[in-house]
Amino acid sequence: MSDSLIRLDGVRVAFAGREMLHDVHLCVQPGEIVTLIGPNGAGKTTLVRVVLGLLTPDAGTVWRRPRLRIGYMPQKLQVNPSLPLSVLRFLRLVPGVDRAAALAALVEVGAAQVVDSPLQTISGGELQRVLLARALLRKPELLVLDEPVQGVDVAGQAELYRLITRLRERHGCGVLMVSHDLNVVMSTTDQVVCLNHHVCCSGHPEQVSGDPAFVALFGQAARSLALYQHHHDHAHDLHGSVVLKKPHVHGPDCNHG
Amino acid sequence: MADFLLNALLAGLALALVAGPLGSFVVWRRMAYFGDTLSHAALLGVAVGLLLDVSPTLAVIAGCLLLAVLLVALQQRQALASDTLLGILAPSTLSLGLVVLSFMRDVRIDLMGYLFGDLLAVGPVDLAWILGGSALVLLLLVPLWRPLLAITVHEELARVEGLPVAGIRLALMLLIALVIAVAMKIVGVLLITSLLIIPAAAAQRHARTPEQMAAGASVLGMLAVCAGLSLSWFQDTPAGPSIVVSAAALFLASLALPRRAG
Repeated sequence: MSDSLIRLDGVRVAFAGREMLHDVHLCVQPGEIVTLIGPNGAGKTTLVRVVLGLLTPDAGTVWRRPRLRIGYMPQKLQVNPSLPLSVLRFLRLVPGVDRAAALAALVEVGAAQVVDSPLQTISGGELQRVLLARALLRKPELLVLDEPVQGVDVAGQAELYRLITRLRERHGCGVLMVSHDLNVVMSTTDQVVCLNHHVCCSGHPEQVSGDPAFVALFGQAARSLALYQHHHDHAHDLHGSVVLKKPHVHGPDCNHG
Repeated sequence: MADFLLNALLAGLALALVAGPLGSFVVWRRMAYFGDTLSHAALLGVAVGLLLDVSPTLAVIAGCLLLAVLLVALQQRQALASDTLLGILAPSTLSLGLVVLSFMRDVRIDLMGYLFGDLLAVGPVDLAWILGGSALVLLLLVPLWRPLLAITVHEELARVEGLPVAGIRLALMLLIALVIAVAMKIVGVLLITSLLIIPAAAAQRHARTPEQMAAGASVLGMLAVCAGLSLSWFQDTPAGPSIVVSAAALFLASLALPRRAG
């Protein structure tokens, strides 16, 4: 689709012969929140790195809108304690950002109080907000957030997701985020992509949450969520490879080959 | 003041000035071992320079730059852990330099001077090299400063934001190689890294911005040069080690001072 921000087709990535991503399709539209879920080691971060252009896939195509401005929020930031760096200075590492712009971004994410604190002394939740502010300073068309609520307490998590939804509305950017938090994610996302080396299922959250593929991946935690009608005709072995019980039939939201 | 003392002082001050900001990056990016490897290889550069009958200074600069490029290439292949690779290269190049030098029986060289520095023997030509090299490094650092900070904080974030990370990293290594090459005359191959690291580490506790730390390291390094040269002048101690001892004393003093509030 020409109005997409980014589009991945048939992406395959292997590390040392082990296939991390197999025939993955992914598409993010402007103003859309796409959430990537999946168990540990399912290749979520690998997929994010492909989207960001940090990793070239072994097969498949990656199409980005020309001159796409990406705001990236990394999973974690560990700054050497010997580097004296205030939050303000960290934000001003983005070219063309002055104090006023940095402060405005911090106000927007609700972390203005830490503007002059050393980066290494702020709490996990504050750090996540600061990272989000830095991503916003790029005036992004696409926000890529790798586990944005990591290290944040439960109340803070819901607030952070609400903030991301608000930011999407205010800036009109597409959002691609990685998450573990099934319950919270479901209410704030337009499209869920359930990844376990391949795209198991994808679609609107209320559909996906009832998908047997989704239930198979997440177990009982998923059952408390809404139901979805689409037959899961394959199971996963310990490595996440597909084990077919019968010939695979593609559903309407089924993006894998 | 005797000419040779003035030369020594100017050379030492110029080196300490550029060692401040570069040494700060060595500390922030944990590159101490990398600096050691480059400086140990400098002796091999000297030997090759004598063998090919080109200026040793030129040969050392060329050798250090070459090794820096080689290290970047080898590190990207990641067949060996970075510290293992450096642990192999540092003593090997130093030993190879010593072995090559020993074959040249007709060349009389002052080995101790190369190993521990011979600041008081800095002549006008050496001084020109040192001042020119230092000025070049400072000039190159100005446009590189913010990109270097950005990749030091988070390389992938910097890459997504469009910075040519590999090129910037290579540029930093080349700058360090250049400083090591010109510093060899002053403190010798075995002591160069100390001049990069000790002032930066001493400045770190009391700095609140990267620039404060870099400038503080420059000032402390220059103080160490003055103190070391005085010690050498009045007590007839070797100049290079005297400077390093002074720097270490300043570091200890920085630990004793109370941390600045904030």
